Amino acid sequence: MSEAVEKKSMIAKLSQVDRRLIYLIVLICATVPLLVGARVELSVSPPVRGLYDAVDELPPGSYVYLAADYDPGSLPEMYPMNIAFVEHMFSKDIKIIAASLWAPGPPLSQRVFDDIAPRYGKVYGEDYVNLGFKEGREAVMVSIAEDLRATFPEDYFGTPYDEIPMLEGIGNLTDMSLIVNVSAGYPGIKEWVQQVATRYGVPVGGGVTAVSGPEMYPYIQSGQLVGLLAGMKGAGEYEQILNKPGLGLAGMAAQSSVHVAVIVFIVLANVFYFIERRKRY
Amino acid sequence: MKTEVPVIIAFIAGMLMIVSLFSPHPIFAEPAAVMRNWAIIITAFAYVLGVANIARISAAAVRTRGRDWRYKIVLLISLGAMLAAGLAGGIQGGSVFDWGYNNVMVPMQSTMFSLLAFFIASAAFRAFRARSVEATLLLVTAVIVMLGRVPVGESIWSGLPAFTEWIMEVPNMAAKRGIMIGAALGAISTGLKMILGLERSYLGSDK
Repeated sequence: MSEAVEKKSMIAKLSQVDRRLIYLIVLICATVPLLVGARVELSVSPPVRGLYDAVDELPPGSYVYLAADYDPGSLPEMYPMNIAFVEHMFSKDIKIIAASLWAPGPPLSQRVFDDIAPRYGKVYGEDYVNLGFKEGREAVMVSIAEDLRATFPEDYFGTPYDEIPMLEGIGNLTDMSLIVNVSAGYPGIKEWVQQVATRYGVPVGGGVTAVSGPEMYPYIQSGQLVGLLAGMKGAGEYEQILNKPGLGLAGMAAQSSVHVAVIVFIVLANVFYFIERRKRY
Repeated sequence: MKTEVPVIIAFIAGMLMIVSLFSPHPIFAEPAAVMRNWAIIITAFAYVLGVANIARISAAAVRTRGRDWRYKIVLLISLGAMLAAGLAGGIQGGSVFDWGYNNVMVPMQSTMFSLLAFFIASAAFRAFRARSVEATLLLVTAVIVMLGRVPVGESIWSGLPAFTEWIMEVPNMAAKRGIMIGAALGAISTGLKMILGLERSYLGSDK
């Protein structure tokens, strides 16, 4: 009897383990792979391959509208995607017009350009441009599609639209070969599909946070999205096809171990739950 | 009059935007473009209102020593400092504003987001139980998808990533599509009710 009580209390204790212990295990799982520089191999999923192919098939000199609709809160997932897209486009001599419908987006976008452009010898205003932020959500999307110059009369640095060489002859989104959206929420990739892709016939693809991924699958199957990167794994897969390991692949080892830890927690919690339930009845 | 005029304006604005979607004729396209610009300007002013409102509420909380008033002092100082830095030196790369953004806002927001990993792990341990058939189904699917999304899942079973994709593309998509179609029909019906004056809650009354 006393043994049963002791066992029960032990299970009860285990099922109510101090949350700080859980935090500590998660911390170890997240940091150790990053500290030891663990690398993983990923299999490339069809949505990621679809977006890679869409960018890769563009002829040199094509224009891509890169919408950086994210903020520092989603930086760990979105930034690796942004880097991978820019690396790929610059390596294909594709011209990038970046802008954001999120106020914190333009500096993040600019940081990516500042890091990568010198490596490919790309020049601001000739090979890429950052048009900055414009508030107005879906109204701005349609406005960009109709008249880019009127929507962004000057770029992020205050240079007038007409003084930017690469924008000569570019009037609206239909001059773009592709819209790539790095999207952390609303307004984001769903709105780009609804407001622009279907209405103006410009193909759209991009990346979203892992938690938003499932919501976008209908758009992939319907062909309204040419491809999609979901979370850090999507970024890692893209880096793998590009053969340029970066933040995405580096983070996947940490994410893998945290996923395993969470699964172990779930399994243990349910084992304790069933043991307690069996004893109760 | 107080009701009829706004309803008429809403009807004309709504119909104009719908018609402009189907007809590129300048008679519809040009007023629609003007109205889009109005929408952009009004939304931008919402930021001004938002800042004014948060400053007013926070200042009142500090004055009355209300809840978390010390944090509100930090908020007001940060708000004022970033506003002054932006107005005085611009927001471009290399400016004081940009320094504050990159060295304060970026790490703080990223930290807040990364804390989710800890809370999710703790919540999963405490709350994710196979209490019913539905909960068990959700739990098993979640574990499969979590494993299938990381390389370790592939090393357990090479078919796991493909099986995870199947879960995403078939059962997940069926449910998502149903929800999306339902929500879209709801949005269309609400939009039509507003355009036709049947739904007037936007006037600030339930009549």
